[in-house]
Amino acid sequence: MRRATLLPLWLTYAFLYTPVVVLVVMSFNRSASPYEWSGFSTAWYGTLAGDDEILRGLANTLIVAAGATALSTVLGTLLAVGLARHASGSRLLPALSVLPAVLPDIVLAIGLLAFYSLVSATLGLHSVLLAHTVFGLAFVTAVVRTRIAHVDPSLEEASRDLGANEVTTFLRITLPTLAPGIVAGALLTFTLSLDEFVIAFFTAGPKDPTLPIVIYSMIRFGVTPEINALATLLLAVSFTVVIAAQRVSRLTEAL
Amino acid sequence: MSVAATAAVLALLLPGCGADGQPGGSGPAASASLDPEADLRKQRLTVSNWDGYMPKDLPARFESAVGAPMTVAKHGTNEEIVAKLTASADSGIDVAFVSGQYAQALAAQGLLEPIHHDLVPHLRNLDPLAARLAHDKGNVYSVPYTWGTTGLCYRKDLLGYTPDSWNDLLKPRAAVKGRATMLKTERWLFLPAQKALGYSVNTTDEQQLARVKELLLTAKDDLLAYDDTTFGDRLGSGEAVLAEAWDGWCPTDDKRIGFVVPKEGSDLWTDTMVILKSSKNKEAAHAFIDYVLDAKVHSWVASNIFYKVPNTAAMAELDPALLKSYPALAMAPEQLLKGESVVDLGDAATAYTRIVTEVTAG
Amino acid sequence: MARRGKAAGGPPLRARLVLLGPGLSYLAVLLLLPLALLIGYTVFRRGRFGGIAYEDGSTGENFARITDPLYAGVLTDSLRIAAVTTLLALLLGYPTAYAISRLPGRWRTVALVLVVLPFWTNFLIRTYAWIVLLSSRGVVNSALTGIGVIDRPLKLLYTEPAVVLGLLYAYLPLMVLPLYSAIERVDPRLLEASADLGARPARTYLSVTLPHTLPGVLTGCVFVFVPSLGNFVVPELLGGGHTVMVGNLIRDQFLNARDWPFGSVLALALMAFLVLLLMAQAWAGRRLGGR
Repeated sequence: MRRATLLPLWLTYAFLYTPVVVLVVMSFNRSASPYEWSGFSTAWYGTLAGDDEILRGLANTLIVAAGATALSTVLGTLLAVGLARHASGSRLLPALSVLPAVLPDIVLAIGLLAFYSLVSATLGLHSVLLAHTVFGLAFVTAVVRTRIAHVDPSLEEASRDLGANEVTTFLRITLPTLAPGIVAGALLTFTLSLDEFVIAFFTAGPKDPTLPIVIYSMIRFGVTPEINALATLLLAVSFTVVIAAQRVSRLTEAL
Repeated sequence: MSVAATAAVLALLLPGCGADGQPGGSGPAASASLDPEADLRKQRLTVSNWDGYMPKDLPARFESAVGAPMTVAKHGTNEEIVAKLTASADSGIDVAFVSGQYAQALAAQGLLEPIHHDLVPHLRNLDPLAARLAHDKGNVYSVPYTWGTTGLCYRKDLLGYTPDSWNDLLKPRAAVKGRATMLKTERWLFLPAQKALGYSVNTTDEQQLARVKELLLTAKDDLLAYDDTTFGDRLGSGEAVLAEAWDGWCPTDDKRIGFVVPKEGSDLWTDTMVILKSSKNKEAAHAFIDYVLDAKVHSWVASNIFYKVPNTAAMAELDPALLKSYPALAMAPEQLLKGESVVDLGDAATAYTRIVTEVTAG
Repeated sequence: MARRGKAAGGPPLRARLVLLGPGLSYLAVLLLLPLALLIGYTVFRRGRFGGIAYEDGSTGENFARITDPLYAGVLTDSLRIAAVTTLLALLLGYPTAYAISRLPGRWRTVALVLVVLPFWTNFLIRTYAWIVLLSSRGVVNSALTGIGVIDRPLKLLYTEPAVVLGLLYAYLPLMVLPLYSAIERVDPRLLEASADLGARPARTYLSVTLPHTLPGVLTGCVFVFVPSLGNFVVPELLGGGHTVMVGNLIRDQFLNARDWPFGSVLALALMAFLVLLLMAQAWAGRRLGGR
């Protein structure tokens, strides 16, 4: 019985990890062909380290993700608090705030391209950053709003009763209680922005491709083990982050 | 506050206030006068090209020869770069490499700076035939970089016969079924069927296009894939035995692989260099084009990318050994000119896209 | 819910402006305006060299094209592919989420993280790994010919099933997560009560667990269906140009045909369909929630 219950889980893991195993193994393949194994080598990691285009793409991606996350976090947190405190009767505004999260990315992408084109904008990293903030804002708002629902309003009341003005109350009471939601929303935005391709493809300037765009153009010429090496590194970094996050959360629980 | 946020967003978006931080000021009038004495070391050149379509150290050599630092942006397809150049007031690109018909479309939209011929003395190296191509007669807006034709790239050892007709691809023998590829880019996806039926590659005749579509639909069933970029690898590995290919990308240095232009004829495509009207480094952009057209540089380029360059002096300098392993490089311009020039179709482009959808979705 | 505007003390209008103003104006400029623009574009014609020809208004024409059997066919193909993907994701995702919820507490987090982890490496590279697996010389075909099940490689790649597989691979975690949280939230006391009343596990599942998890099922289905429908990368990489979905169509109108008006019509059609779907989901969710 237990075994039968666990079977689908193993099936899912096999499905999810087979391609991952393939690409990790191929990153250590000496030959450039993904179809034959010709001996262990770490040479592709060296190639990767010297590939300006990929490194530039990576830098661009980090700039966009960091900027979009910062902007989304500020706008999204304010909006979430505003929706809960000053628009609780409205159904339209909350719907508007989640729209970007459920909108197909191709629709947002071409809408923004049309918009940028109409106002004769310059396309560059800033145009991707602003575009990513549209969906980032939606995710931060959504996550923070769920957190607000669990916050005790009497704390804010007490603060005001004790003479604190609104700004002080917001900074010293509201923000700290919302912090876990804000952090979660920010992390979500950062993660989504890092791997976002479709919107970036349409809104990035030709000079400043983000990493997914660089990978997309490389993939058309067939994947070299260099790209597999990159994927392996990304995976290793996320593994480390997850484990570190686990440790930290255990540590904070212990305190 | 909300007004301020809106204003901030708009300010970020407006041309000239963006990340580049260079104030705008290049109206249409700016094209009238270029300063031949401009200090090129103060200009930073950004060039957009296809991946692998120029030698890797060209930027470094250009900088040491001319003084202007140069960065390369890469685009995957004509469509991608044209969409970016059209959508963006200032794309930050000074020189773009695009195929002839796309240069024509960009010029028609008023996005290109006319080429100042006095700033490009090496234009005299160009083959006179290259100044008469249909997409831009007289090189008003574009300078040819490479030219060539489209044909069949095949495995001599696995095919067992020498293909000589587009029908070898469209109505394949049993051994080729499921092991042939065709180019994916719209105009070249059409070409084999257009030529097999004896039509122009620029046809807009509805009945002709309908018959082209029929032929492409039947051919699709026996096709391995539509592939612009990896057919060389597929031929090398034997996954494919026959591929529609641009001449320069057929890896004939592999002794097992041959290239042939089918008897029904083919196209003459040209890839060109254009200067954007929005460029703020127009003198350096001209200097770049002039540098490429230098006989020594252009022949070095050709020997790197294995495409013919429309530069008589440069072609004369090519290593004969190279011409031997890449016979397509040795094609004479007169022979090449038998191919039909690909031009932009304006409104008829929608009909082509529609047929591509019908063929691929069918 | 915190419903207490009155007690705010200070001028509520200023607080409202400060809190709501920035976010809403951002969305107005960079979300509503672009969408309005797409709606506006549908009434114009394609410019000769792309862009928009503002002088030729022809509202009906662009919309009429969508009923053209070709484009209607692509739309129904896309709907079918997305629906099959969603169904498979549900069939695999539900028992997976159920299995995770039955694990001992500390293993649950680990199991969930393992489901999401592949997400943190690039989506395009993961999709490409499937090309390596499925191609005629790939791992799957080599294994099958190796053990003698088949003597000629199967055509796996560049088919519609390959596209479904790629989409399933991309979005399966989006099915598992909401399902897990729905299953996890079922009050264990309900299950106990059911068992105490003599119901067998299957009966308990059908009359307690399943109805309580249906909202999660709906959410998961929307999470998988929506991005599957609009995806153009997977059909391109794993479909090899043999499978066209509405996402490819929209992209091609903007890049190849340079026909923005028709591309806008297609995008709006996609959006209208999804809005209907979300409304249906919200409606069904309310009905189920009311049980």
